[in-house]
Amino acid sequence: MSVLATVKTVIDTEGTARHNLLPVLTSLRSKLGSLSPEILKNVSQIMDIPMAHVYGTATFYSFLETKPMGKNVIRLCRTISCDMHGKRDVLNALEDVLAVKNGETTTDGLFTLTETNCLGHCHEGPVMLVNDEVFSSLKPENIPAIIDEIRKKR
Amino acid sequence: MSEDKINKMQEKINLIFSDCEVCEVVSQALAEDPEQILKMLLVSSLRGRGGAGFPTSLKWKFARQAPGDRKFVIVNADEGEPGTFKDREILEKVPYKVFAGMAICAHTIGAREGFIYLRGEYNYMRKTLEEQIQDFHNKIAGKLDFVIKIVSGAGAYVCGEETALIESMEGKRGEPRNKPPYPVTAGYLGCPTVVNNVETLVYVTMIMKMGPQHFASLGTQHSRGAKVFSISGDTPIPGIYELELGMSLAEFVELFGDGDTKAVQVGGAGGFCVPRKKFTETIIGFEGVPTGGSMMLFNSTRSMYNVLHNYLDFFCEESCGQCTPCRVGCQQLRKGIEEVKNHSLKPVHLDVLKKMTDTMRYASKCGLGQSVPNSFNSIIDNFREEIIF
Ligand SMILES: Cc1cc2nc3c(=O)[nH]c(=O)nc-3n(C[C@H](O)[C@H](O)[C@H](O)COP(=O)(O)O)c2cc1C
Ligand code: SF4
Repeated sequence: MSVLATVKTVIDTEGTARHNLLPVLTSLRSKLGSLSPEILKNVSQIMDIPMAHVYGTATFYSFLETKPMGKNVIRLCRTISCDMHGKRDVLNALEDVLAVKNGETTTDGLFTLTETNCLGHCHEGPVMLVNDEVFSSLKPENIPAIIDEIRKKR
Repeated sequence: MSEDKINKMQEKINLIFSDCEVCEVVSQALAEDPEQILKMLLVSSLRGRGGAGFPTSLKWKFARQAPGDRKFVIVNADEGEPGTFKDREILEKVPYKVFAGMAICAHTIGAREGFIYLRGEYNYMRKTLEEQIQDFHNKIAGKLDFVIKIVSGAGAYVCGEETALIESMEGKRGEPRNKPPYPVTAGYLGCPTVVNNVETLVYVTMIMKMGPQHFASLGTQHSRGAKVFSISGDTPIPGIYELELGMSLAEFVELFGDGDTKAVQVGGAGGFCVPRKKFTETIIGFEGVPTGGSMMLFNSTRSMYNVLHNYLDFFCEESCGQCTPCRVGCQQLRKGIEEVKNHSLKPVHLDVLKKMTDTMRYASKCGLGQSVPNSFNSIIDNFREEIIF
């Protein structure tokens, strides 16, 4: 499906009213990987919302990335409770296994590694989200297996 | 030892996670006159569990009295305060009690539509919740004309602030609004709206079921009832606990500490840091240190500089940037402690920063900017040497 066709389908499902903008953007982000200027322009035209507002809304939310992202986005919690329980070692392990630095995408486009704020699992830190899935009580030595598993699945 | 004691304390309360025939409670509430429900809530002295502690009966009364045909009930499940994870646990374990609380609210204020604003981080729960909502709809069909929908957030802490949450639901940037008007008169789509925390609504359900006196008999004069605490950090038993309000921090640390607790951060990044020497005199509750539930324990191996720096990183990133005291203030506080730490500024600079937090407290538009001074000042005042050296 072309970008335009996807945008149209999503807007048909979610609705064209202004208050549907966030669900529309969230759905496009998950279907198309990130919100490129082309996508945002289409949304602006079809929903009849000024481009500045569409862009402004998209860039406000950290899960609505406007830059190209890997197929799987890893968000490691950087809040103090996870930090106290070994988050830095987990980050190092992730950087080693994926051969990227925090904030970067792997060359095969499969993974983006990034940090995020409190994920709401502070009693079983360190925690990370991979797309929508939660991985808790992480240990550096378990990271290679987790990444392998995701590689196989997708 | 302490685990036995904790279990006993929890058994005594056991309101949030207890089994409950929600259909019965809803039917019973629907048979009541809304004014009677407001009276029950008033007697129970229930105050909001989302942090601000606004009396629930009053909030509902305002929304009931506000003119308008279309009204909304919104559950605030944006839970982004560092160290808080109780709302997730409640939604996973007793979702029907949350829906029941929404239905009781709808009946009381005259709403037909309800929303759960679920933070993007909890997307994995969405499908299950939607099925449960559908089931709940079937259960109340014919009794109450009320529909619940889920709206997903997308990674913005400030959207937990109720007016930012409403802006976000309207498809905009999650920037808090000027108040007044408050949501109870002009909320979602300009209509009267009640925004309540997840936990608050479960207590409503339980107050309906057990009567208001039981709830009011727990806790203290200023902090009636119980509260769900999210306990993390240096503790052998991290997790979710429902405890009476009004406990002293000394008692708390006795139960949950690892024997070497040097400070407890009560209320998350926007809360207060209490040092060991003040444990005995500090009450957990509205009369002492209020909390949305986040309790983080730190032992003597932890650097309070790192803790404060972590909180400031959080605020710098999550400030919506709408008003200068908060946007610039957060950046300057972080830069300031970094420069004092690396000795490019003298320690007295900390006093300049503290003065600036006065401006943040008075001139910031919403609770985010207004609460940054809480953790900043309480850490600087109690652990000054750790910031400097
Ligand atoms: C920055 C900020 C974040 C907030 N986050 C939440 C939250 O995640 N959940 C919540 O229930 N209340 C949160 N609140 C408080 C809400 O604005 C509001 O007071 C609350 O949802 C009202 O519900 P209650 O009366 O049941 O407590 C936040 C407030 C501020 C200023
Ligand atoms: S205080 Fe901060 S978060 Fe609140 S409106 Fe101002 S800039 Fe935004």
